[in-house]
Amino acid sequence: MKINKTASSGSMESSDIMITVSPAKEKGIIIELVSDVEELFGSKIKKVIRDTIKEFEIENIKVMANDKGALDYAIRARTKTAILRALKECSLNE
Amino acid sequence: MHNYGYNLFQKKDILKNQESIIFKNLSEAIERSEIKDGMTISFHHHYRDGDLLLNMVMDLLAEKGLKDLILVVTSLRNHHKLGNHIKNGVINKIYTTGLRGKLGKLIKKGIMDHPVVFYSHGGRAAAIASGRIKVDIAFIAASIADQFGNINGVLGKSICGSLGYAKVDATYAKTVIAVVEKIASRPLEIVSIPQKHVDYIVQIDKIGESNKIATGSLRQQSNTRDLSIARQVAEVIISLENFKDGYSLQTGSGSISLGVNSFIENFMINKKIKGNFLLGGVTADHVNMLKKGLFNKIYDTQTFHPDAIESLKNNVHHQEIDAVTYASPFNKRALVNYLDFVVLSALEIDLNFNVNVLTAANGDFYGAIGGHSDTAAGAKVSIVTAPSYRGRIPSITEQVKTIVTPGHTIDILVTERGVAVNPARKDLLDQLKTNSKINLKKINRIYDEVIELTGKPEEVNHTGKVVGLVEYRDGSLIDVIYGEEL
Amino acid sequence: MNNKLRRSMLYIPANNPAMIQDAFIYGADTILFDLEDSIAISEKDAARELLIEALNSLNFNNTEIAVRINSLDSKFGLKDLKSIVPIGPDIIRIPKIETKEQIIKIDKLITKLERKANLQPGFIEIMAMIETAKGVLNLEKIVASSERLSALTLGAEDLTTDMGIKRTSLGRELFLTRSKIALVAAAYKINAIDTVFSDFNDLNGLKKETLQSKELGFTGKAVIHPRQVDIVNHVFTPSQEEIEDAKEIVRQASQAEEFGKGVIAVKGKMVDLPILNRAKEIINKYEKREVIK
Repeated sequence: MKINKTASSGSMESSDIMITVSPAKEKGIIIELVSDVEELFGSKIKKVIRDTIKEFEIENIKVMANDKGALDYAIRARTKTAILRALKECSLNE
Repeated sequence: MHNYGYNLFQKKDILKNQESIIFKNLSEAIERSEIKDGMTISFHHHYRDGDLLLNMVMDLLAEKGLKDLILVVTSLRNHHKLGNHIKNGVINKIYTTGLRGKLGKLIKKGIMDHPVVFYSHGGRAAAIASGRIKVDIAFIAASIADQFGNINGVLGKSICGSLGYAKVDATYAKTVIAVVEKIASRPLEIVSIPQKHVDYIVQIDKIGESNKIATGSLRQQSNTRDLSIARQVAEVIISLENFKDGYSLQTGSGSISLGVNSFIENFMINKKIKGNFLLGGVTADHVNMLKKGLFNKIYDTQTFHPDAIESLKNNVHHQEIDAVTYASPFNKRALVNYLDFVVLSALEIDLNFNVNVLTAANGDFYGAIGGHSDTAAGAKVSIVTAPSYRGRIPSITEQVKTIVTPGHTIDILVTERGVAVNPARKDLLDQLKTNSKINLKKINRIYDEVIELTGKPEEVNHTGKVVGLVEYRDGSLIDVIYGEEL
Repeated sequence: MNNKLRRSMLYIPANNPAMIQDAFIYGADTILFDLEDSIAISEKDAARELLIEALNSLNFNNTEIAVRINSLDSKFGLKDLKSIVPIGPDIIRIPKIETKEQIIKIDKLITKLERKANLQPGFIEIMAMIETAKGVLNLEKIVASSERLSALTLGAEDLTTDMGIKRTSLGRELFLTRSKIALVAAAYKINAIDTVFSDFNDLNGLKKETLQSKELGFTGKAVIHPRQVDIVNHVFTPSQEEIEDAKEIVRQASQAEEFGKGVIAVKGKMVDLPILNRAKEIINKYEKREVIK
């Protein structure tokens, strides 16, 4: 699958994460992560984002993630929502 | 006349000091103190983030070209400016109860030749009183002095309340320079540190920012997780045998403690229980409990609220105490030894109940020992509170990063996921089982739950040189802290 | 149908991770995740996704889980139902119920979704929110229409709006509705859950209103702030004395049975079957002690 526009989901509140996805100029899944707990969980967070993207079979995508200590379930949910929003034709969500 | 071993009387003035001890200029007072390279100088942090003196003095000493000074402070807070003085060799070694922020990061990087020594309030008092740490010059910030050199922190404009930690410095330092904002026009009616311990008085325009001593009050705080932990702590306390008339309590100033105070207060009123004393850092809530007659006395080492300063000034049942009386391990009658309950916090607690209040999971300096290990050792029941994780970082670990307070002195852990009792205190466990509102769990179970939720963090192990030595309260070495670089 | 211990139902907006994670720590009998009024229209998709992930992976310490979905008349309701049923929450709270036909339709839909998700058909209970005058009039038919329906509740704001009247602090305008909900719930042995008390700083007001709800026959109350849980639980919990009395009744009754004695009296009062059953119910519900895990 392919996304054609930028969309985001989440918030900057504690225990949440703000995920913004956009079409990538380069090939592959590119994740830029800013996190309060980067040293401790950075690679885990990226892996959760990457795995979620793979479920959608999206190959080229750029992800900006601003993490405030979100747990895996929230990272998955926010990534999914952002992708679903980016996949929609119009910007209105159902 | 036979002299019977005496010197015979001769007509002369002895020790009659007619020259004023009052300076308008800090620099002059420092000159007079005959400070030299390598000397040990002390400071206290009763103004907390509003402290202006430490930076002011260190800048002056640097200007005067002094080197290799040993800093014996009660805590470091907003003092990142010290970084330059360390790099330039003005400061050679630091003793403190706490370290955080930018200065902490610099020290973690290894800018000091000597590791920073961390001690508790009781440990510090003991080290100074026993002469293990010899203070050459003590700098004491106070709001007011009189012409004789008596000082206090409750009168004048920029007030801070108790000078409990500084009292020890004043008693044992060779030279004491009190820096104040106001010189009273008549002898002080309230004397915190008496003139016999004060050598010089310096008057400056502003000694500190009073509004920065305060911590939040219960009405302002809305963290419901902390409140739910506080409720469990209160349930724990009221379920134990030690909760009865004449009991004593220490709670800190954090939001969990504020919640505990409010729940306990209601319970004491309903059950008509009257306590003996409150100890330690004093907030507005403590003062309210004293006013309502719920306790006989407050023993105050540090004041955290304007209402508490007012109370210290006016209420004879609210008494300032020095840190030796508070918590020295060499003082059998230290008040911590008479505590029934202490409510403490933790950055990390491990499966053996060891507590870290000094370093964060990523290795940063992030806190202070304060009276943690003193009260834990002294109190009949020591209760540690912590949310089970903070922003994804678990507070319960297999092994704490830094041991500050050893597990055998910690009795109960309260988290929002449940209450764990140290297996060594089966007596307490049996008492708690009678209260169905307490969600008792084994500490390993809480640990497993949290790790399932957060995942296991990557180990951040610094392997550089040792940047911190952690003393236990008796002056023994309990742990070391490694820095980032060799 | 059942009559579970549901003293307090704590509303948690389903789009807030910090609140979701801590939802179970306040001692509410039921956590009520909300996809409806507390979620902005633009965030409905995000809240739904977050709740699905949360329910799939978090452990709420065995607290009962309810989800309030959007009305099936809205464009979100059906999607909510389709995504929430497969996770198997204990209860789904459905807003704006006013006819039995709605319930029958929803019941069928849930059964279909349960089958698809390999859940025991009938596993998920329904809580009907009565928010219109018509709904109040149809109460009995609504309750009788589905075995799943295990609780009734009212939506006071919508109801008063529907009737063109004002909500007052005295609450006389809701007296009949509340009484009727409690009565019908009692007749069908299901829970009657009262509406929220919105001013979470006024704990005395909350206590007063909760006591009134209990008097009318409600078995529990929804709460919108963790601070409210304690008071509501307390009001709906029998006192230690009532529990002790219940134990005494059950003890004496079992003795009487063993020795073939006839009628017994405890504290000078005759114990007949309803009293014995009530005593057993109290013990069942309130004598559960937490043990060390």
